[in-house]
Amino acid sequence: MIVGQIKDGIVLDHIKAGRGMKIYDTLKLGELDCAVALIVNADSEKMGKKDIIKISGLIDIDLHILGFIDPDVTVNIINDGKVVKREKIALPETITDILKCKNPRCITTVEQELQHVFKLCDEGNKVYRCIYCETKAELESVK
Amino acid sequence: MRSIIDIMDLSVEEIDGLLATAEDIIENPKKYADACRGKKLATLFFEPSTRTRLSFEAAMYELGGNVIGFSDASSSSSSKGESVSDTARVISCYADIIAMRHHKEGAPYVASTKASIPVINAGDGGHNHPTQTLADLLTIKREKGRFNNLTIGFCGDLKFGRTVHSLISAMSRYENVKFVMISPDELTIPDYVKQNVLIPNSIEYKEVKSLEEAMPELDILYMTRVQKERFFNEADYIRLKDTYILTPERLQSAKDDLCIMHPLPRVNEISVAVDDDKRACYFKQVLNGKYMRMALILKLLEVEI
Ligand SMILES: [Zn+2]
Repeated sequence: MIVGQIKDGIVLDHIKAGRGMKIYDTLKLGELDCAVALIVNADSEKMGKKDIIKISGLIDIDLHILGFIDPDVTVNIINDGKVVKREKIALPETITDILKCKNPRCITTVEQELQHVFKLCDEGNKVYRCIYCETKAELESVK
Repeated sequence: MRSIIDIMDLSVEEIDGLLATAEDIIENPKKYADACRGKKLATLFFEPSTRTRLSFEAAMYELGGNVIGFSDASSSSSSKGESVSDTARVISCYADIIAMRHHKEGAPYVASTKASIPVINAGDGGHNHPTQTLADLLTIKREKGRFNNLTIGFCGDLKFGRTVHSLISAMSRYENVKFVMISPDELTIPDYVKQNVLIPNSIEYKEVKSLEEAMPELDILYMTRVQKERFFNEADYIRLKDTYILTPERLQSAKDDLCIMHPLPRVNEISVAVDDDKRACYFKQVLNGKYMRMALILKLLEVEI
């Protein structure tokens, strides 16, 4: 299957098969004006199967959350049809307003204007905890 | 300006300082009788806890200060929908220091980020209760004379028991402390306590089901209540609440200098027949709590004696 080359844009490659939709939703790619392609179960020499997201347009989006959702993702920046930058995303120190605390006793469940902030507590195990109640962040808790 | 939300906000040295102040208050109460003259403590209890509130209020009165506040959410402006953030800002205009109890975890932290005066967490849901831990530490200091080389048994609800988690964290900073966790399978210590505290600090601990089996080796036995409000299901509560009850018979194999602690209130997990045993320290713990709250108020208000 071939999805056309993009001239200027962002390609998220090596997404673990099955995670593409999660990333699409989390980054709210459905709300963009430019063309976005989500390719699932593409063949990959390294991974067997993988998902790929192609965004046609050099838009300014915060990709830090990818470090939490899938640290193996490669971010390729395409300029004039060429890859000008290729990088992995490091784990962010804090994740703000992307994950929702799932502890029903957390103050964030009643105090609406509070930001939902999670802090990196254990880099090796990729553990983030709510700054208010210290509940561990789960991938399923994406707002 | 400092707030105390978690016992780990205090360094070992700072805790030593608070213990020294508390012991000096015990020795020389008159010296402190006017220490907080003209200062006001606001006790903001969004969730009723008469015991903790009275301890804070008694502490402030014994320092010569005054107390304002409310004892449950219905008599506060939160019943009109005011946020914790706004309450913290408003109370900052009236008082010099806040002691806050709230059923939502993290509420005192939120208050501390908005208030212009120190905030003491007086208990937030199942999360933190640092002044209880300070009471526990003063009790251990006065009863055992040391924080090193102790085997501490925790019995009962170790899953939801926040006082247990905080004391484990605080005691993990001392040398050669061993823990024996005594609980039913349903109420064992959470994984995060193991992963965040016990494993990184290479603390020796074991998990057992029998109180009798653990008893002979313990220097301290910390009993806890199986709290009804932590259960979502009444049947689970009734099935588990009587699992671990301390009786004089069960104490027969215990050391002569065992120190029996309990954060109170108790329901029936320590039989009243144990109260007259010289090893029962849980009422001393209550008194120690007041002295440590006095020491903490002095520290946060930066009062020099
Ligand atoms: Zn939370």
